[in-house]
Amino acid sequence: MPAPTDTSIDLTTLRLDDALALLRHDGRPGPQQPGESPSDYLQRVVDSLCELSLKDPLTGLGNRRHFLAVLERAIEAVARSGDSMLLLLLDIDHFKSINDRHGHLAGDQVLQAVAQCLAGCVRPMDTVARYGGEEFAVILPSCRPLFGRAVAERIRRTIAALDIAAAPLLNVQVTVSIGGAYAPEWVRSTADLWIERADLQLYRAKTGGRNQVHLEQPQELAVSAEEKGLLFGALDLDAATAADPDTRVNA
Amino acid sequence: MNDVVAPPATASHADKVPLKPLGKVLAVTSGKGGVGKTFVSANLAAALAKRGYKVLVLDADLGLANLDVVLNLYPKITLHDVFTGKAKLEDAILPAPGGFSVLLAGSGMVEYSRLTPEVRNEFLRIMEGLVPHYDVVLLDTGAGISDVVLFAVSLASEVLMVATPEPTSLTDAYATIKVLVGQQQRHRVRLIVNQATRPGSGAAITRQLQQVLDRFVVSEPGRGVKLVHLGDIPVDAEVRQAIMRRHLLMQAVPTCPAGQAIMQIAGALQSDVIPRP
Repeated sequence: MPAPTDTSIDLTTLRLDDALALLRHDGRPGPQQPGESPSDYLQRVVDSLCELSLKDPLTGLGNRRHFLAVLERAIEAVARSGDSMLLLLLDIDHFKSINDRHGHLAGDQVLQAVAQCLAGCVRPMDTVARYGGEEFAVILPSCRPLFGRAVAERIRRTIAALDIAAAPLLNVQVTVSIGGAYAPEWVRSTADLWIERADLQLYRAKTGGRNQVHLEQPQELAVSAEEKGLLFGALDLDAATAADPDTRVNA
Repeated sequence: MNDVVAPPATASHADKVPLKPLGKVLAVTSGKGGVGKTFVSANLAAALAKRGYKVLVLDADLGLANLDVVLNLYPKITLHDVFTGKAKLEDAILPAPGGFSVLLAGSGMVEYSRLTPEVRNEFLRIMEGLVPHYDVVLLDTGAGISDVVLFAVSLASEVLMVATPEPTSLTDAYATIKVLVGQQQRHRVRLIVNQATRPGSGAAITRQLQQVLDRFVVSEPGRGVKLVHLGDIPVDAEVRQAIMRRHLLMQAVPTCPAGQAIMQIAGALQSDVIPRP
């Protein structure tokens, strides 16, 4: 890469107003600090914008972009380490009816309360993100199967026990459905496929009556007697192998 | 023959190679042992080399490797030395009779027959270093469905399942396919029937396995696995003779029926899996 020839930046010619307004809105120190060099200042602005671009403004959790970036990295880490990593997808049950009945501001309060509760239920090393409207995702590295079920159940119970002040004189309770799948130990797998598997479990939790946890079970990989019986059903292996191979070829 | 061996892959180079596109890596596996995996790997490599491909065979049977025996090659430096950091990757690659390159596991790999994070990492690093330098990399995996075998297969873009027309071999092939579909979401496995005793038996076996797979094995919701019949290698006295003499069949008697069949399988791979380089 060629070295930049001109490193001097004239801050007065940069249009940073929109960026600074965004950062101010997020409660970050905007303007250049006394003694801060132009490049340090610019670096700080860029860093802050990056952070902002990964955050869900309503809940303060990571957003979908952040979630996907972490998941992509996780796939590669798992391929190398063989670590047992769990992906949980959560959906607030009957969220639409809260919005319809009490208004969107009440809905927002619920989202914030669930997000906060969720972040409190997991370890600092876990990634919690808002995946979509009322859908959340949690990535749990180094998560043994037994621990996975325990943490998912804990999340479900803790959220169900929340008494959320959605509006003045209005407290609501919500439940969540949770679906989860462990990371494939398969190098060339994709983040999409992983999400799909967790999503399928979430669908099962929903159709199973909501307010429940469904984790992907290891598939039955043994070969049953029925399968063995069918394997050779129509094959005449006996006739194919009965003759002495050498004499057949030489004949 | 010098152009057979790949240019060195330095560590810094390997770091830049992305993890995912391990294309044109074919895993040769079988479930049951003793069905001719290594024989197929070595001779298919020679057949592909004859068709102009730059081919490497990697002895991925870490515990019980015997590609060296089949090829009658006993090098000083092997994969084992690369794993332990005693030798560089490029020093362990050597030309095999038949015009392809090999990376032999060597004895002493038994300690790597368990899939630890170190083995995974080292295996991946080596593959990432190798793949860019070849048109095709064949992984001669071990028998069975141990985690090392499954991990090696997971690195491949295509699976070549070798089976003989015997109930035990077919059951083990079926069981392996089932695991590969369940764990690795494979949608397609290619079948080579070795020691076929009559024409058409491989196709019949493929149909039968496919029927049972359709009924019992689903990779993802609504998606099954397609078993593709790649070809048959007929029972041929020349094969036994070549193996006993530790000659490569494709070099010693390439025109015998088994040799022609292997050439045809290479042709099927060429048109279907690895388009002309």
